[in-house]
Amino acid sequence: MSGKTLYDKLWDSHLVQQRDDGSALIYIDLQLLHEVTSPQAFEGLRLAGRKPWRVSSSLATPDHNVPTTKKERISGVDGIEDPVSKIQVITLDDNCNEFGITEFNMKDIRQGIVHVVGPEQGATLPGMTVVCGDSHTSTHGAFGALAHGIGTSEVEHVLATQCLVQKKSRNMLVRVDGELSPWVSAKDVVLAIIGAIGTAGGTGYAIEFGGTGIQSLSMEGRMTVCNMAIEAGARVGLIAVDDTTIEYVKGRPYAPKGEHWDMAVEAWKDLVSDKDAQFDEVVVLKAEDIKPQVTWGTSPEMVIAIDEPIPRPEDQKDPVKKEGYARAWKYMGLEGKTMLSDVTLDRVFIGSCTNSRIEDLRIAAQVVKGRKVASSLKQAIVVPGSGLVKAQAEKEGLHEIFEAAGLEWREPGCSMCLAMNADKLGAGEHCASTSNRNFEGRQGFGGRTHLVSPAMAAAAAIAGHFVDVNEFVKH
Amino acid sequence: MRPFTKHTGLAAPLDLANVDTDMIIPKQFLKSIKRTGFGKNLFDELRYEDEGQPDQECDGRPLRNDFVLNQDRYKGASVLLARQNFGCGSSREHAPWALDDYGFRSIIAPSFADIFYNNCFKNGLLPIVLQAEEVDQLFAEVALRQGAQITIDLENQTVTSPSGATFEFTVDNFRKHCLLNGLDDIGLTLQQDAAIQRYEEKRMKDAPWLFLPRGQ
Repeated sequence: MSGKTLYDKLWDSHLVQQRDDGSALIYIDLQLLHEVTSPQAFEGLRLAGRKPWRVSSSLATPDHNVPTTKKERISGVDGIEDPVSKIQVITLDDNCNEFGITEFNMKDIRQGIVHVVGPEQGATLPGMTVVCGDSHTSTHGAFGALAHGIGTSEVEHVLATQCLVQKKSRNMLVRVDGELSPWVSAKDVVLAIIGAIGTAGGTGYAIEFGGTGIQSLSMEGRMTVCNMAIEAGARVGLIAVDDTTIEYVKGRPYAPKGEHWDMAVEAWKDLVSDKDAQFDEVVVLKAEDIKPQVTWGTSPEMVIAIDEPIPRPEDQKDPVKKEGYARAWKYMGLEGKTMLSDVTLDRVFIGSCTNSRIEDLRIAAQVVKGRKVASSLKQAIVVPGSGLVKAQAEKEGLHEIFEAAGLEWREPGCSMCLAMNADKLGAGEHCASTSNRNFEGRQGFGGRTHLVSPAMAAAAAIAGHFVDVNEFVKH
Repeated sequence: MRPFTKHTGLAAPLDLANVDTDMIIPKQFLKSIKRTGFGKNLFDELRYEDEGQPDQECDGRPLRNDFVLNQDRYKGASVLLARQNFGCGSSREHAPWALDDYGFRSIIAPSFADIFYNNCFKNGLLPIVLQAEEVDQLFAEVALRQGAQITIDLENQTVTSPSGATFEFTVDNFRKHCLLNGLDDIGLTLQQDAAIQRYEEKRMKDAPWLFLPRGQ
């Protein structure tokens, strides 16, 4: 018998009940909650007269709707100008109070994007199962945790039963071999992976990311990679536990202490795929081949290296692809353009659950330091992933670097990644964005999103158009 | 949950691959704390010329005439024909809620995104995967004749085209059972409370740090 993959191990250790029909009951260790996908779940509990199975397994914070300007944030939830957003945030506060769930509300310095907050607090631990009503829950797989997004009915199901009815996914290994080039980041790696396998390439799979190109990444970088597993179609992204993982978790407020820490670390060392584990699918990329990536279209798979010409619809053989490309070209306003450096940018957004951690901000600050944002730009904003990331950045003086360069320094939240708050693109505007989705209208009605790394977004903010950050920093 | 057994209805063809959840229901409508009322904003950006707002009356809004659901012949459609990777993107259950609220009972496509597919079953909506050629045939037949209807039989796992061609599809037994009987997932799981407790007791021994008050 062959060995187990990391995914197999996590599945087996959380199996409550295997059913004859192939479905299984899986135990959930941590549920993260936010204001958008939880109100109907709490309402469901109330209507059925049910109580949460284990309240201590939940952690909540508002993130999608919260404003990011100081003016609106100064008075907490009362300061939210949009009345509909305000109701949703208040509803989360009320539900958490009613059911006794720990919440970092808008006035708590620990508030932030759920996928930044969980790991930051040590609430996310290796070997856990983690769910949230948000597809980017795959982020937590960076810790060797089985983590994925769920719908609101399942949020309610987990609250009520601590379990989910699941069917096991297949195993895919995406290996990035070799050493990454300077200024090529985790974001470029995952965009290149999505470009290689497509947005449906991982459908039905749990993807484990491995190889030296992944192992060399920091925890922040690994979270960026796993975050976008869903953009490759896989609900679950995973990275094996190693010293980097354990070092990151150590000493976090919610991490185990003392003898429990030692016991946990011992158990976590097994959270790797066995040497003889069999994967249903293996994809290999060479780290050296990966250059800074930029998306040109309206799907994350419509991505190219900065030095490549934009692919044209008429060169596509597959009719569905040809039509998709034509639609994307029109939506993105690419007529007459050859390279992405030909696109004039209107806004720059540095933030989101993909790229708003301290390392992301440090890199962006390093690029803009001593430089000025292009005068052609309408706006460039930096939105830290949590109150604690913001505090750390300010301690390091990063906010001063950003502000001196002409970027706005904001309060934490999801912000312009999905534009549920006031931060959004106008119709036709092009944005260099460190977020995760470039779908039509994602960042605002008619808005045109180009996904990039923090370094590429920072360089683009200065130049006013896309440039190869590796070349840019030499001048 | 409303059961799904057999359904015959008008089919509307949405000839677009990779339809994402932002297209199905744009984010401004996710601010609602209810499960209902999303139908009028289904495919909002494809359907209307202007930018929709939550709580806005939609009757007078300018329509995009080229959008399939705005064509008279597809008014009242309850089966959506779609292309590959339908429902990709976010986990928002508002997407199936909007499709359901609009009046769709089933979506037929060559492939679906995982989370969306799963969410449909929780809402009495049946997503059906057919072979690409079979989906092509359905698109062709529906285009051919106005009022073309498709019949879906969940018990027998078949789709019958307007011309009478029958295609078989697969579906998980558990999901099928729940859908046929309109069963509440949570109630079923809670019947297994003893198994859940047994698991917890064992897990507490193996991994006690997962059950301590946080940070101890």
